[in-house]
Amino acid sequence: MTDLYAALAAASSLIFSFDRDLVEIVLLSLRVSLTAVAAAAIIGLPLGGALALFPFRGRKAVMVAISALMGLPPVVVGLVVYLMLSRAGPFGALGLLFTPTAMIIAQCLLVIPIIAALTRQTVEDLWEELGEQLRSLGAGPWRALWTLLWEGRFSLFTAVLAGFGRASAEVGAVMIVGGNIDHVTRVMTTAIALETSKGDLALALGLGIILIILSTGINGGAFLLKEAAQKSQMS
Amino acid sequence: MKSVSSILPLILDKVTFEAGGKRLIKEVSCVLEAGPRSVIIGPNGAGKSLLLRLCHGLIEPTGGSVLWSGAGGKDPSLLQAMVFQRPVMLRRSVAANVDYALSLRGLPSDERRERVADVLARTGLRRFADRSARVLSVGEQQKLALARAWALRPQVLFLDEPTASLDPAATLAVEDVIAAIHATGTKIVMTTHDLGQARRVADDVLFLYRGRLFEHSPAGVFFETPRSAEAASFIEGKLFWRHKEIAS
Amino acid sequence: MRGVRVHRMALVFLFGLAATFVGGNPGAAEDRFIIVASTTSTDNSGLFGHILPVFESETGIEVRVVAVGTGQAVRLAERGDADVLLVHHKPSEEKFVADGYGVRRFDVMYNDFVVVGPRSDPAAVRGMDDVAAAMAKPAAAEAVFASRGDNSGTHKKELGLWKAAGVDVAAAGGNWYRETGSGMGATLNTAGGLGAYTLADRATWISFRNKGDLEILVEGDARLFNQYGVVLVSRERHPHVKAEDGQRFIDWLVSPVGQRSIARFEIGGQQLFHPNAKKEGS
Repeated sequence: MTDLYAALAAASSLIFSFDRDLVEIVLLSLRVSLTAVAAAAIIGLPLGGALALFPFRGRKAVMVAISALMGLPPVVVGLVVYLMLSRAGPFGALGLLFTPTAMIIAQCLLVIPIIAALTRQTVEDLWEELGEQLRSLGAGPWRALWTLLWEGRFSLFTAVLAGFGRASAEVGAVMIVGGNIDHVTRVMTTAIALETSKGDLALALGLGIILIILSTGINGGAFLLKEAAQKSQMS
Repeated sequence: MKSVSSILPLILDKVTFEAGGKRLIKEVSCVLEAGPRSVIIGPNGAGKSLLLRLCHGLIEPTGGSVLWSGAGGKDPSLLQAMVFQRPVMLRRSVAANVDYALSLRGLPSDERRERVADVLARTGLRRFADRSARVLSVGEQQKLALARAWALRPQVLFLDEPTASLDPAATLAVEDVIAAIHATGTKIVMTTHDLGQARRVADDVLFLYRGRLFEHSPAGVFFETPRSAEAASFIEGKLFWRHKEIAS
Repeated sequence: MRGVRVHRMALVFLFGLAATFVGGNPGAAEDRFIIVASTTSTDNSGLFGHILPVFESETGIEVRVVAVGTGQAVRLAERGDADVLLVHHKPSEEKFVADGYGVRRFDVMYNDFVVVGPRSDPAAVRGMDDVAAAMAKPAAAEAVFASRGDNSGTHKKELGLWKAAGVDVAAAGGNWYRETGSGMGATLNTAGGLGAYTLADRATWISFRNKGDLEILVEGDARLFNQYGVVLVSRERHPHVKAEDGQRFIDWLVSPVGQRSIARFEIGGQQLFHPNAKKEGS
């Protein structure tokens, strides 16, 4: 219990002193995860929709692969991205390793399967419901895809939030490709891992509490926005 | 419509549809002319919805042909519309639902706005224009589905049991809208299993039973002197549907 | 229609937030930087936090430290993902240079390893002078020993000591010998939890905040000496290496200013690293 009190004390002193390093870390965490999720949504939503609507060879295989990738440990994704971005790897010349961009790429890869898989399911169900009517009205496959993505916006928004959850909570991938460099690639989760390894459990837990507050705040805010939007659809 | 020539008549030649090794539509041949309201009747499972979808082009026949003989070089699908048994509404406002259909036809926005206002006024839905379509009652939603189809100014409107989920008052309201659409020159092709409705609406009747077209005659002739024994017993209410052969 | 608007607001909010962050990039403000692959012991102790600001203000070169185990740090440098390697396992460093990955190795500083264990000391090693003999005792008593097991400098040092003690730890894995496969701090956390013995570098030990029941039991044997060396990654092998700035960092480390800066780093009045750069590299 004393550890927990110490953690709460550490968390509140960090928050109320508006610690500059902490602010920097929080901003970087948000920047990395939100950018990664936005990019993953731009890729994953159409990809999932296309999987639902367009029959093509190997579609089943892609679907199975995406489901499998949903559960991929972040550290594996981190390792793969590291090997790609390393100077000795195929994209080494870009010099992206140990930068926030590398972290965004890794988290984006982590989130795409979640968004794509949930989108596929949503769009498939919507096609079941609306497909005949859309075809009757003369919507081509691409137009139908965009229409169904918009029709499914509330569930898809939840899918994107789930993706944000995975991105903001993972440590394995950003640790490897970011390197946890102070003031450059240190984010909430890697800072927590670092403080734990320094044996400063109170500070680590304090940072953890701040992470929980942040992600709860973002998820809660997004949820309320969604509810409000949904409600105004229903009145 | 105005100057556009009609894509009708619609000629079905030995149209057959098979699924899962079963022949659900069996060599149906008929000609649907511009003008009269054609009503396809028959017990549940007769294949009425299937036949309608074959005419509208939502499914392809496995045998025979569906020909829009007046189409010339035109795309006949742009001049037809269909309303389903359960109204299918998009998750947006009443006006936006109509507007969506018009945008698929590539119409400019001022003409779309005009047509939306026009059909909503004609169907009595104007006061709901900014409401979400999905909160309307089923009867109002079906009227909206008709309005959406109407806005497209189709030459042919297919209606698949449009009142099957509705109460009597809503049924009459929907029938009024159908009559109004017909009055503007649109050919109506409608299925129903409700004989009373068929008597109210039909100009000519197609009697379908177990995937086969038994009769196609003017409504008066069909109801007074049906040619087939099956039709006669259906009219008397004696022909009960067997096991359900078709999902829809 | 209102619903649509609220929803658009939500979208704009999210993407706007994301876009804001894409735009501002605090890390990339200065583009003159070098990457130093180093060990958790140097970074976790806070040494870099102490000396780097001095170097950075003197030269304007930002030093970005990626702190991992010595083994992984060497691998990073071999792949060209760092400009400078600063670790503590001389044989690996010399091999790194001999294989053509590094230019030249310089001694920088030293500290020492200590054997820590539970206060109750079940294997009775407290105060022994001979570290090999001391390590043989928990092995014989099958008292739990927590090993880094991560191919780090500390791990390599530990394996050397087992050899000297004549103990085959490979056979004891999972039994009394537990490999954590993680950093020094994590291993100390584990040792504390298990009531185990472990080998730690003194810098990490002093700065470690979760000592709990653990304390130093054996220290001072010459074999516990822990030398840190620094190597510039070869530009011939990896043309993108920032050789000038990297060499400037190395020169500074071994210069009187750098050495004094290292000596001045203390925690709780204890000096953690002892500078011992020679004039010439080895």
